[in-house]
Amino acid sequence: MGKTFAQKILAKKANLKSVEVGQIVTVHPDYLLMHDNTAAIVSKISKDLKQYGLYDPDLPIIVLDHVVPASDEKTALNHKQIREFVKNYHIKNFFDVGNGICHQVVIEKGFALPSKLLLGSDSHTCSYGALGAFSTGIDRTEASALLLTGETWLKVPHSIKILLRGKLNHYVSAKDLILYIIGKIGADGANYASVEFHGDVHNLTIDDRITIANMGVEMGAKNAVFPVDDITTLYLSTIGIGANQYEITWADEDAEYAQVLEIKLSEVPISVAVPHSVDAWKTIEEVEGIQVDQCFLGTCTNGRLSDLRIAAEILWGRKVSPNTRLLVLPASKKIFEEAIRLGYIDTLSKAGAIILPTGCGPCLGAHQGVLAPSEKCISTANRNFKGRMGCNESEIYLASPAVVAASAINGKITNPEKL
Amino acid sequence: MKIWRYGDNINTDMLFPGKYTYTCSKPEEIKPHLLEDLDPEFSKNVQPGDILIVGKNFGCGSSREQPAVGLKYIGIEAIIGESFSRIFYRSAINQGLILIECPKAVQEYQDGMTVKIDFDKSQIFIDKNSFSFPKLPPEILAIRDAGGLLEYTRKKLQERGK
Repeated sequence: MGKTFAQKILAKKANLKSVEVGQIVTVHPDYLLMHDNTAAIVSKISKDLKQYGLYDPDLPIIVLDHVVPASDEKTALNHKQIREFVKNYHIKNFFDVGNGICHQVVIEKGFALPSKLLLGSDSHTCSYGALGAFSTGIDRTEASALLLTGETWLKVPHSIKILLRGKLNHYVSAKDLILYIIGKIGADGANYASVEFHGDVHNLTIDDRITIANMGVEMGAKNAVFPVDDITTLYLSTIGIGANQYEITWADEDAEYAQVLEIKLSEVPISVAVPHSVDAWKTIEEVEGIQVDQCFLGTCTNGRLSDLRIAAEILWGRKVSPNTRLLVLPASKKIFEEAIRLGYIDTLSKAGAIILPTGCGPCLGAHQGVLAPSEKCISTANRNFKGRMGCNESEIYLASPAVVAASAINGKITNPEKL
Repeated sequence: MKIWRYGDNINTDMLFPGKYTYTCSKPEEIKPHLLEDLDPEFSKNVQPGDILIVGKNFGCGSSREQPAVGLKYIGIEAIIGESFSRIFYRSAINQGLILIECPKAVQEYQDGMTVKIDFDKSQIFIDKNSFSFPKLPPEILAIRDAGGLLEYTRKKLQERGK
């Protein structure tokens, strides 16, 4: 019997010939991602760090992105403590406020490579499966222990194979596809599982794959992974990484799957997740016309250049409705600068969008666009949980960048095809 | 001892709102906000030894650990659930908080029934009916029984240092 991607990569990382589903292995991850939670992670082990030292200063990657620039004295102090830790422990992989959202930065800086094992104290660490890495989220306490020992345990997950067939229609995006999949299998449909994407993946760009892998956790997946192909290799070459700098790992043809799901891409409709769960799936026709007070374009799910481009195309020569507000947060400084060069930022700003600094912004409800009671927001983010954007009496609808841009024009949920 | 009953897909935003995630990290700061957007009565009335009975996919969403830290701190005896989300499951082990996956016991339970847990025999008693639940693998149990991951890690580091 062949092996799945998860079995192969975890065997390699545990220095074992082969591993079985359910087996518990000890692994040394290649990188440990932390963000604004670094101060809390470090404060748990301040005495231990003095006694035992940091296991490896090159293990952590620290990106300040969650509440940036600082919103108040407490978050400012938090950032200050992180900068002191970075300095005292000679951590070189540190990206201060303004570099971008951690997952985008990790990818752009070339840490997320095929066959690498990355753990992160953030649930969307699963994004790096887009590039053929095994990556998953852990909590702060586990990150603390990793700083001291460099090792942790992982259970070898069962795997789900999602077989993609054909091509998405115009205005149907990777976001629509992943909302459709989550709607089909449910918010816990892939709990504990490794999700592998097979089939016509060549019809999906790297940006598309990041959006899809990013939302793997919203169906409970441990990791979500794409095969490495010419599209991956080409992307990595654009960030200065040659094919000799990484190994490629992929599942065997005869690997065993707990479930196989086939998706005909041409049948995926423009999709929206309605309040208050990501698997509350609807077609755009079912929700058109709902008034929205805020439209949010950004986040680690949909703040990339292709997302800003589609929004700029839709908003070119048009105006944001006075009955709503459009917030735009590029996922990184690099994307922001590219979007300026290509004129997208100018187009979006002239249309009436508010351009905010790169970072997580209002996604987690801490600042920069918190909602009021009874307000509705249409968002390109990955979660529409009750209270997620700071107010538990508000409602969040999740959709693609095209739907968010179109909705901003009308002040109500709008099908971009009907503009 | 009180039983707190909740449904399916309870996410960590409901257990501890994201807006506090960088301003509250200590257990005593977490406690007043526990389950704030799910059940405002919880943090006011919860007592040590109380039990939570929950549906499917409890603890899904963000990797924030404050729910597990807070529930351990107030002395919840155990959370009995149909299933738990992966990161929350790990987080509970890391805090030494006991989760019991036992869908049949959850389905059996009705308001007013008595609940007892026999940890040695891995059994739950709901009124007169008993349900067995799987034991954790020994290497994971060792972490939980050490009181959590940091205590376990310190023990390991001390042994290595000898």
